[in-house]
Amino acid sequence: MSATTPMTTSPRIKNKALRRFLRNPGTVLGSILTILLVAVALLAPVIAGDPLLQNLAERLKPPSAQHLLGTDQLGRDVWARVVHGSRISLRIGLTVTGIALVLGGLLGLLAGMLGGLVDEIAMRITDIFFAFPALILAMAIAGALGPSLVNLMIAVAAVSWPYYARLIRAQVLSLKSLDFVDASRALGASRWRQALRHVLPNAITPLLVQASFDVGGAILTAAGLGFIGFGAQPPTPEWGAVVSETRSFIIEAPWASSAPAVAILLTVLAFNLLGDGLRDVLDPRGRRRG
Amino acid sequence: MLSFLLRRVGSLIFVVWGVGFATFFISQVVPTDPAAAALGNNARPAQIAAYREKRGLDKPAWQQYLLYMQSLAKGDLGKSLRTQRPILNDLKDFFPATFELTLGAMLFALLFGVPAGILAAVKQDRPVDLGVRTLALIGGATPVYWLAILALLLFHSKLGWLPGPGRLDAFLLAPQRVTGILTLDALLARDWEVLYDALRHLLLPAAVLGAFSTALVARMVRSAMLEVLSQDFVRTAKAKGLPEGKVVLKHALRNAALPVLTVLGSLLGGLLTGAVLTETIFSWPGLGSYATASATALDFPAVMGVTLVAGLAYSLINLLVDVLYAVFDPRIAYS
Repeated sequence: MSATTPMTTSPRIKNKALRRFLRNPGTVLGSILTILLVAVALLAPVIAGDPLLQNLAERLKPPSAQHLLGTDQLGRDVWARVVHGSRISLRIGLTVTGIALVLGGLLGLLAGMLGGLVDEIAMRITDIFFAFPALILAMAIAGALGPSLVNLMIAVAAVSWPYYARLIRAQVLSLKSLDFVDASRALGASRWRQALRHVLPNAITPLLVQASFDVGGAILTAAGLGFIGFGAQPPTPEWGAVVSETRSFIIEAPWASSAPAVAILLTVLAFNLLGDGLRDVLDPRGRRRG
Repeated sequence: MLSFLLRRVGSLIFVVWGVGFATFFISQVVPTDPAAAALGNNARPAQIAAYREKRGLDKPAWQQYLLYMQSLAKGDLGKSLRTQRPILNDLKDFFPATFELTLGAMLFALLFGVPAGILAAVKQDRPVDLGVRTLALIGGATPVYWLAILALLLFHSKLGWLPGPGRLDAFLLAPQRVTGILTLDALLARDWEVLYDALRHLLLPAAVLGAFSTALVARMVRSAMLEVLSQDFVRTAKAKGLPEGKVVLKHALRNAALPVLTVLGSLLGGLLTGAVLTETIFSWPGLGSYATASATALDFPAVMGVTLVAGLAYSLINLLVDVLYAVFDPRIAYS
């Protein structure tokens, strides 16, 4: 992996990396989709109306100039619900991945740097969490704490962090014995200085690649939990919950449940493509295997 | 090999214990009273107190845990708060349906994922490769419940080719229960009509559940094949004048199979997760449906039972994968 050598930041290499990033059509598509998604989320109040406004006279209306994506069973504007839902999904994806990254990263760093018993205990804990059926654990947590958006995020973060712990531990172990870390040790750097200053910055690349995939994964898992009723509660326009509440009208009004589902698909796709592209650029070993 | 096996079995027991302990821990921090949840809104405080005492819910957490472990050692998973039946009986009823569905999905994933991956690798960067990769990307990003709704809409409601939710048509009598796996039981009873109907019911949910895994398998096989195809022995085989198909299927695939084997374990974990959602839509009476109903009712003894079984299944599959890995790859020696 590229992280086994200290990062080079000469402008020439950077440009080469950028060129490689832009040459891949999938990566470009992923970047465009991600930028669009963020823009939609930021501009939601401007580009869409009230997602909760009901109008029973206008229920299950097909897409029109007035309602771009039609209306749902309560006459709410589907476009407004999907657009406002992007804020929720994006927040879930970023928060969950952030928590998992920090929590798993710290534990992995500790395990890798300290080794011995700490390492053993930390890795056995990750074993346990890997064996847990993710959605059932998340369901148990969401059930225990009560269904809400915050609890949903806690639940999904609880099943995502072990990957980071494993990943960064492996990185730390391979970096720890390299010459530049040895040199810093010889110069008298404390263990923490070695970890934070020399090991962590070089171990972060695969972590970022994984994080990009995970934003999509977290959104997919959270929407699944929302679909079976363990996430945001109605009338919150969380995408999974919206698919669930409109699914019985799929024959009369396919737009109402398809729009949020396609939104989930495109969002997850965007982050997966972005992850693929980042790996291509940042991780030369993964590139060959595409 | 023996010490490796012993160590792995030891860690398996530890992991399953940990899964149970973690679930127990969660059940203890529940702010809702499970007794009140089980008895409903109209229960009087005295009734709730009596229920708590009967179920040992009034004891301190560590005593409850010891009691739980004691009965667990005797193979007793406790009684469900919701169904009022022994959880082991519930699991025996619900597990075979999930097993059948998951196995069907896995077969589907291998049947389509492996050839797609090989084809994509052999025709790297050609339209076929591009098509497989695009499909794999979409398959990995599609919400399984939406795919399920669409599939039902198309193949059941619109075209009428396949039956709707459930495991068997209402007018058919289920065969005598031997394994609980409907297709196998029908086969054992030589009831061809039921077997045909059960297979038709299984097809759609298995395909929907397997879609995500198909994408994963195709990607894995493709990258493993690309790795192998660029190696010297493949070039030698080609240089000797062996036909392309023989080189790909005999020389390359055999060597690419190993890395694919390792993902089968984590694939199963993903399938169990997907099963929860798929079962909900297809009214499939499996562990996923059971877990959802139990978690909704705050029936933690039952949730604990499901997680234990799922954790055990996951660990066993991974153990099996490790052993197979050692058997198939003589370079690996476990000491």
